[in-house]
Amino acid sequence: MTATAEPLLSVRDVTMTFPGKRGRAAPVRAVDGISFEVAAGETLGLVGESGCGKSTTGRMIVRLLEPTAGSITYDGRDISHLRQRELKPLRRDLQMVFQDPHSSLNPRQTVARIIADPLLVQGHSAAEARKRAAELMALVGLIPEHIDRYPHEFSGGQAQRIGIARSLATGPRLIVADEPVSALDVSVQAQIVNLMERLQRELGLAYLFIAHDLSVVKRVCDRVAVMYLGRIVEVGDKERVYTAPAHPYTRALLSAVPLPDPAAERQRERITLLGDPPSPAAPPPGCTFHPRCPKAREICRSEAPRLRIAVPGEARQVACHFPEEP
Amino acid sequence: MAAPQPPLLHVKDLNVTFPTKHGPARVVDSLALTVHRGRTLGIVGESGSGKSVTSMAVMGLHTDAEVTGSITLDGRELVGLPERELRRLRGRRMAMIFQDPLSSLHPYYTVGEQIAEHHRVHFGSRRAAARRRAVEMLGEVGIPEPARRAGEYPHQFSGGMRQRVMIAMALACEPELLIADEPTTALDVTVQAQILELIARLQEERGLAVVMITHDLGVVARVAQDVLVMYGGRVAEQAPVDSLFAEPAHPYTRGLLDSLPRLDDGDDQPLRAIPGSPPSLLTPAPGCAFAPRCPRAAAATPADRARCTGTRPELTPSHGHLVACHLSLHTAAHTCGGTR
Repeated sequence: MTATAEPLLSVRDVTMTFPGKRGRAAPVRAVDGISFEVAAGETLGLVGESGCGKSTTGRMIVRLLEPTAGSITYDGRDISHLRQRELKPLRRDLQMVFQDPHSSLNPRQTVARIIADPLLVQGHSAAEARKRAAELMALVGLIPEHIDRYPHEFSGGQAQRIGIARSLATGPRLIVADEPVSALDVSVQAQIVNLMERLQRELGLAYLFIAHDLSVVKRVCDRVAVMYLGRIVEVGDKERVYTAPAHPYTRALLSAVPLPDPAAERQRERITLLGDPPSPAAPPPGCTFHPRCPKAREICRSEAPRLRIAVPGEARQVACHFPEEP
Repeated sequence: MAAPQPPLLHVKDLNVTFPTKHGPARVVDSLALTVHRGRTLGIVGESGSGKSVTSMAVMGLHTDAEVTGSITLDGRELVGLPERELRRLRGRRMAMIFQDPLSSLHPYYTVGEQIAEHHRVHFGSRRAAARRRAVEMLGEVGIPEPARRAGEYPHQFSGGMRQRVMIAMALACEPELLIADEPTTALDVTVQAQILELIARLQEERGLAVVMITHDLGVVARVAQDVLVMYGGRVAEQAPVDSLFAEPAHPYTRGLLDSLPRLDDGDDQPLRAIPGSPPSLLTPAPGCAFAPRCPRAAAATPADRARCTGTRPELTPSHGHLVACHLSLHTAAHTCGGTR
């Protein structure tokens, strides 16, 4: 933890509105007033289906995007509207790991260059940066002798290790990992999950772990936030959210995940939601989940529920007019 | 166990070889499988395991590959059948749906026209009748207002709805075999649940034989009765679903199950990852394709290890499974007291 009780990252009422295509279509509110915190050394999982705004959230935090409203505070400093030049020192601390390792690595650069680049940008000498790159390769389980190879000479899992090594180059404290294992083969996913857990222990990293795979998120996170159509519908300690989900969407999401256990699958009670997630360009009024919600009533159609404590004495928050009783 | 009637699909000694710049690559090697009416065979494997190539071979869709062996559909040999004959079977007696419905649908035609075309080609039905059939099928796969939606184009449908359209198209001519190649991989988990339920309902109503190709062991556990695990172009293990998950015989199957993060399990232990990565098919190993990553081969005596890396294990029966492994976990459990 930091010396003060301040969280490492604090997100307050952050909104991201993209203009409509060619100025004609309606603007799209991809993220709609979300708030959460990440403490030093912890992992917050951000889950949700495609289009729920989880990746946009990640990109705002590393300031690849500038939020249209709200504030993002990192280590006590508001970074929501910093300019490019002011962002440079911040990039040392805040890094990102992407989903597709091969497309996020420049195919024309050697591994040495890819990993050392952030250090060169930050003003280290070439020799120093190269030495550090070799150390980082060893740290993430790559063979340092392969430092002059190109990305295509590595498998998907190894390429993701390169992406992780690059993100670690400047000694960050928070890493935003956007679907870091979903492009990998099943047998390789576990390697990367284990690697990220080990690095967190050894380096005291905090992660914002964005993923659609609820099993992976359960594995790596301390706390989890569930997003639906640009809003957080439930956030709290992993154990509580997974074992006693309070939002009907969280419940449905968890019950939809196929378990690798045929006997359990046959006995399980599944909540099958009707329809598809709606488009963020035309969100339903009231609670955006109400058209698919098995519990929706009149108030749900007109009034958006605010994120609030569901069970007294618990840190968990839920945005639902009729949360599940524990 | 074995259904009284002969299997609908029977594949034996299937080899698929692609010519490449670096010489021929055998992507599927001595594969055998059977699928019965009303049952689902799950084929699990990672990228490059040969699972999709196998299904394309069944459909006769490889134009540039050499396909040898035998594929019989309801007793009729498909390998070597002229394209004209195959075309009569595709869509009519066997059909396939793919991972990405948007790229399998034609963007210029309405979905109604695309489904109707199938019916016209196979049954020579008139436009109006084919169109009625298309609307009926869209209704059957759970698309609301089917008559109106039949006049819409693929881009006007969501991902889940498009996959429903694909299923409607695949089943419009009442095929007996449906091959589903990662049909839910591109979909969100709540939509995946809908599509899997839809396939299960249609299967029950029509007695379809289904081949479900997936990388997701959870999907297999949910829908399949029999499972084929592929690795490096070959069958590693085949077994009834319960037995496969409870008592896997192949170290690769065991490794896959152990490496999964589980929703229904504690997560205090590190995941037991399989080291290394899936093999390249361009340079196949002389022995077992999994040997370089296999914990049992690594722990074996030098003589056993030489066998794993030097000789291809044959697929052999073992307690209701078929397993291709020199150091099967079943054998171990029954001869040396089940050490794991």
